[in-house]
Amino acid sequence: MCLAIPARIVEKTGGENAIVSLDGVKKEISLALVADAEVGDYVLVHVGYALNTISPEEAERTLSLMAEMGLAGEAAE
Amino acid sequence: MKYVDEFRDKALARRLAAQIAEEADPARSYNFMEFCGGHTHAIFRYGVQDLMPENVNFVHGPGCPVCVLPIPRIDNAIELAEGGAIVCTYGDMMRVPASGRNSLIKAKAAGADIRMIYSTQDALRIARENPDREVVFFAIGFETTTPPTAVAIKQAAAEGLRNFTVFCNHVLTPAAIQHILQSPEVRELGQVHIDGFYGPSHVSSIIGSAPYEYFAREFQKPVVIAGFEPLDVMQSTVMLIRQINEGRFEVENQYTRVVTPEGNAHAKALVSEVFELRRMFEWRGLGDVPYSALRIKDAYGEFDAERRFTLTESRGRDVKGCECPAILRGVKKPTDCKLFGTVCTPDNPMGSCMVSSEGSCAAYWSYGRFRLERVKEAAE
Ligand code: SF4
Repeated sequence: MCLAIPARIVEKTGGENAIVSLDGVKKEISLALVADAEVGDYVLVHVGYALNTISPEEAERTLSLMAEMGLAGEAAE
Repeated sequence: MKYVDEFRDKALARRLAAQIAEEADPARSYNFMEFCGGHTHAIFRYGVQDLMPENVNFVHGPGCPVCVLPIPRIDNAIELAEGGAIVCTYGDMMRVPASGRNSLIKAKAAGADIRMIYSTQDALRIARENPDREVVFFAIGFETTTPPTAVAIKQAAAEGLRNFTVFCNHVLTPAAIQHILQSPEVRELGQVHIDGFYGPSHVSSIIGSAPYEYFAREFQKPVVIAGFEPLDVMQSTVMLIRQINEGRFEVENQYTRVVTPEGNAHAKALVSEVFELRRMFEWRGLGDVPYSALRIKDAYGEFDAERRFTLTESRGRDVKGCECPAILRGVKKPTDCKLFGTVCTPDNPMGSCMVSSEGSCAAYWSYGRFRLERVKEAAE
């Protein structure tokens, strides 16, 4: 129920709607909640609506923080 | 899938596990409640518990919107459909047990017009296509599903879609977390020990991280807003352990790729335009929780099913023996329930926790059961 999936906006279809690509599958959703989302942006899709846009910079930052972790443990092995 | 696969990477998971093992103090234990069913699901599906040291435990909370809706509200939805309305709802609701072994899916089989929808836009379409029928959207969910309902109500008002109403059951996360922390099990009886919380991912993408500040301070418990992928949960665990070890109780945000302190301002404005707080709402498992749910404001009153239709006050209660209420409070585990896996399975659910894939019982059954069997086989 609370699951939401990251999808890329491929086309704005007028009104508040857009076509997104979910792992290659195209689907029409509503952008009513993320007025400033643009084609190419990744959004979090939940019950047919984009809830928010995903920040590529923050995603990178989180991954590099993760990559720094556990190095001490690894060195000890 | 981008933004999914990278956060399930095995090599990184091993590193994070090593980091957790290194930082967790063997002299103490760490009990963290994940409020959201989405986290419960991820923890089970990816076996995150198996990667944790013995003294780091997950306490599963009440954050599955399907699981917390009390039986009388489902009885009311069935009553609306049996009274002749077309009732639309999300798929997860269809099999949730109502009174007298009934459910929406059984009522549908018996002839009631109940339709499963994916989006509130589908409910609007059904209302447009059936101008001489009453169409009721049975709305459930936390702060993530509320804005889509607000959009639909505003659209119905703009279009003058008078045969469309919403039976509103939207509930609020911060109120429920606070209620758990004030419950006798946590405060007086000490049955549930909670050292910190994983804050909701998608709920927080709407409401932001700021609403948790109050109870982190008030109850002196750390909160880390965590993404729903397994690596997100693990990194958040490191962050929670650090806060505990350093004696801090702050709201931290691991899920920065989506969550900001303010959340989605546009969505919040839509919600406050259409909805207002209910003074009291009953949750399955938690009982009456003050100011924990929303109702439709007067300005949109004509789209409120509770005002348009007269609903009977149902006295429906959970099946005898079902431990969902205690499980939702984190007091019991699904395996403590006598009906678990015998009388009650996902194919024949007795309680709500066995219906949704985010419910604890369903998660135990789908992912835990096989592990137990493997352990048994190994022991033989
Ligand atoms: S196993 Fe079934 S009956 Fe038991 S607590 Fe879970 S949902 Fe209720």
